[in-house]
Amino acid sequence: MMELLGKTNFDFIGKRNISFVISAIISIIGIIAIIQMFRGAANMGIDFTGGTSVQLKFDKPLALADARKALHSGGIAEFELQEVKEGNKLLVKLPRKSALAVGKAAEIVPAAFAKAQAGLQVTVESTTEIGPSIGDKLRKDTIIAVAISMLGIICYIAWRFDFKFGIGAVVATLHDVLAMFAAYYLFGKEFNLLFITAVLTIAGYSLTDTVVVFDRIRENLHKDLKGSLHKIFNTSINEVLSRSIITSLTTFLAAIALFVWGGEVIHDFSFALLVGIIVGVYSSVFVASPVVLLLEQRAMNKQDAVTGQPVKA
Amino acid sequence: MPKGAGWRIALIAAFIVLSCIYLVPTLTPKLPDWWKGMLPKDKIHLGLDLQGGTHLVLEVETAKAVEGTLDLVATDLEDTLNSKNLRFKRISRTASDKVAIVMYEKDTAAAVQKLVKEKYRDYEIIPTVEEGGMVGVALRMKEQDIQDRKDKAVAQALETIRNRIDQFGVSEPVIARQGVNQIVVQLPGIKDPQRAIALIGRTARLEFKMVKEGVSPTGGAVPEDSEVLFEKHTDPATGATSETPLVVYKKALITGDLLTDAQVRIDSQFNQPYVGIEFNSLGARLFDQVTAANVGKRFAIVLDSNVYSAPVIRERISGGSAQISGNFTEKTASDLAIVLRAGALPAPVKIIQNVTVGASLGKDSIDKGLMAGAIGVALVIAFMAIYYKLSGMVANLGMVLNILYLMGAMSALGATLTLPGIAAIVLLVGMSVDSNVIIFERIREELRLGKSPKSALEAGYDKAFLTIMDSHVTALITAAVLFQFGTGPVKGFAVSLSLGIMINLFTSLMGTKVIFDLFLHKGNVKKMSI
Repeated sequence: MMELLGKTNFDFIGKRNISFVISAIISIIGIIAIIQMFRGAANMGIDFTGGTSVQLKFDKPLALADARKALHSGGIAEFELQEVKEGNKLLVKLPRKSALAVGKAAEIVPAAFAKAQAGLQVTVESTTEIGPSIGDKLRKDTIIAVAISMLGIICYIAWRFDFKFGIGAVVATLHDVLAMFAAYYLFGKEFNLLFITAVLTIAGYSLTDTVVVFDRIRENLHKDLKGSLHKIFNTSINEVLSRSIITSLTTFLAAIALFVWGGEVIHDFSFALLVGIIVGVYSSVFVASPVVLLLEQRAMNKQDAVTGQPVKA
Repeated sequence: MPKGAGWRIALIAAFIVLSCIYLVPTLTPKLPDWWKGMLPKDKIHLGLDLQGGTHLVLEVETAKAVEGTLDLVATDLEDTLNSKNLRFKRISRTASDKVAIVMYEKDTAAAVQKLVKEKYRDYEIIPTVEEGGMVGVALRMKEQDIQDRKDKAVAQALETIRNRIDQFGVSEPVIARQGVNQIVVQLPGIKDPQRAIALIGRTARLEFKMVKEGVSPTGGAVPEDSEVLFEKHTDPATGATSETPLVVYKKALITGDLLTDAQVRIDSQFNQPYVGIEFNSLGARLFDQVTAANVGKRFAIVLDSNVYSAPVIRERISGGSAQISGNFTEKTASDLAIVLRAGALPAPVKIIQNVTVGASLGKDSIDKGLMAGAIGVALVIAFMAIYYKLSGMVANLGMVLNILYLMGAMSALGATLTLPGIAAIVLLVGMSVDSNVIIFERIREELRLGKSPKSALEAGYDKAFLTIMDSHVTALITAAVLFQFGTGPVKGFAVSLSLGIMINLFTSLMGTKVIFDLFLHKGNVKKMSI
């Protein structure tokens, strides 16, 4: 039998103070990222803000400064340039305020380049133009989508386990989601529809690990009625630790293939997945279970206060 | 054979055969004739992000359609009252749902009110008070009728756009209504997206108006019955454009809905393309009358408020054909002919979303996506084989089955594969072995407790069942939400993901189990390769 980890006996729950601090920092950065998104200060994709983006390919390298000059002389005042990793490619983003009519950007932008740099071959690889109404609707839909998924998950876990586990699962899931926002924000990646897709996917996926741990805790709670909660939680996490890591590892392997070889369009998307997968393992051990334990202990304290029994934890 | 294994194997085999059959249309470029009778024809479509193409969302300005209808009512009322010698000061549309008639005398007002009540039964007739002893009557369109008109406008716009696209020549376009007033247009593999967008977005309202002579277009005030329109000229040598203003009567004498045909022709003298148009019988009669009555005057041909040309009428034109000339290239002339043939949009449309992906980027995406997929699969297979040995290979077999079933199901549903969809499949490869990992780890635990391989296997599957169920259901909840809210590539992702999750549940709980059962059913297996 090949084993990644032998029998382990880490005191995960005992480290919860450290892990709570780490998680709190991650979550706060995530919340800041979301606030920045709503203030428009983060790198937002045009699917949310409205506007135009044109991806161009040139037959020879073009310095960013030259590109800027070309656009200015083409009469385009407000724009953002983003270099694409491979080839001589450039992404030109125009804010929704800019006066270009929808349907015209794919003519005007390359024309500006062709005019400024004689002999430069410009190909339009893709154009995305989003009217303001679409962006607004999308933003609203996204919030609803995230809310509905969270609600669905709470209900399901609360039904399958109990309410305290439901809370633990949702706190862990929210933590994962915030961590993805935080990572995206810190790395300056563009928040767009694909990112939201990745977030929702991870919200569903990271629960797998959490459920595995919860299942084991529940099983051990039934088996061992006398042991302290602290010990039961720790044993349970240690028992399923290797499978938590391996299940995530297989998915991680698939996602890393997408990240490295999947091409520019899904590069950032796979980055978000990778972050989510890693954080998912962490949160099922360090967030979900400790939260449930806290809730259980608090419930017991209340009960003990009534019956006068000593607290077991 | 172990109990119950027979029908499970049969089920798995049946799904394999079905998947293969459903995949045939996707994998073969041309189906043989004998296939087409009973066998499935649906295939996996490539999303626009993979094959290149344009995705447009258009918003029909339905309020304008209602206004247009009311403008017609106003014109019609003017003609009717004039023909009956009923004197009025003014007839005009005063609000988005109202036409008002202002008259000098009470008697006329009473007569008009009676006439209007008979002629426009569907309208609300409201007497109004006007300043300076004038008398007024207003017609208001009922809310229900307004909604109907708006609804019809969207339906008409959709038909017209479909006509234009068909004539433009795009293979497998998707043109569908979305929500109340939006139309989604997908043009896969389109070569010249700019031209197509211009063609679709054009209102193409053709009008023939008389030029008002003797009024300076630059002098400021023009009479109330006239307006200033511009004629664009493009210098063929320099490409520079200039505009000439022209005062024309507001009232259109003939409109584009009286056309039966429009074709590109080439002027033999100047070798310049123009668009020849044919009127229907009513149009031909009107054209005959108008030209007869206005010989020597100028006549403006106006499309969407742009003057194309304003020739002088030299003689009466009978026979119902005319020509529109202007600075055409062959392409612009042919596009004009298409929009004239397909007819005008009942209201202007606004392009609110345009996502165009070039064919080269699409090809690049699909190549890279498949490459990444293959590498991902290889990595997972290698890991499972090394870590779980033979059992790992069984899990890998399950994963391959998974992919086969998923492709078959997507093909059967005629689903669309997008780049995020490929990403979903790659992720599923990782997830599909997860269930087996959970089961295997459980089996290992049972083995450590000293159980025989067979009972360890049973216990492993039994105890892991609920865990696997739970994790799949939670993943499915979010996939379903994504499906509900996503559009385009994201929807493609959700389709692949939700189908994959359901199939995965089947293969991990049935598919791989039966293989183990076959190996272990004799009960004398001492050691398990796990």
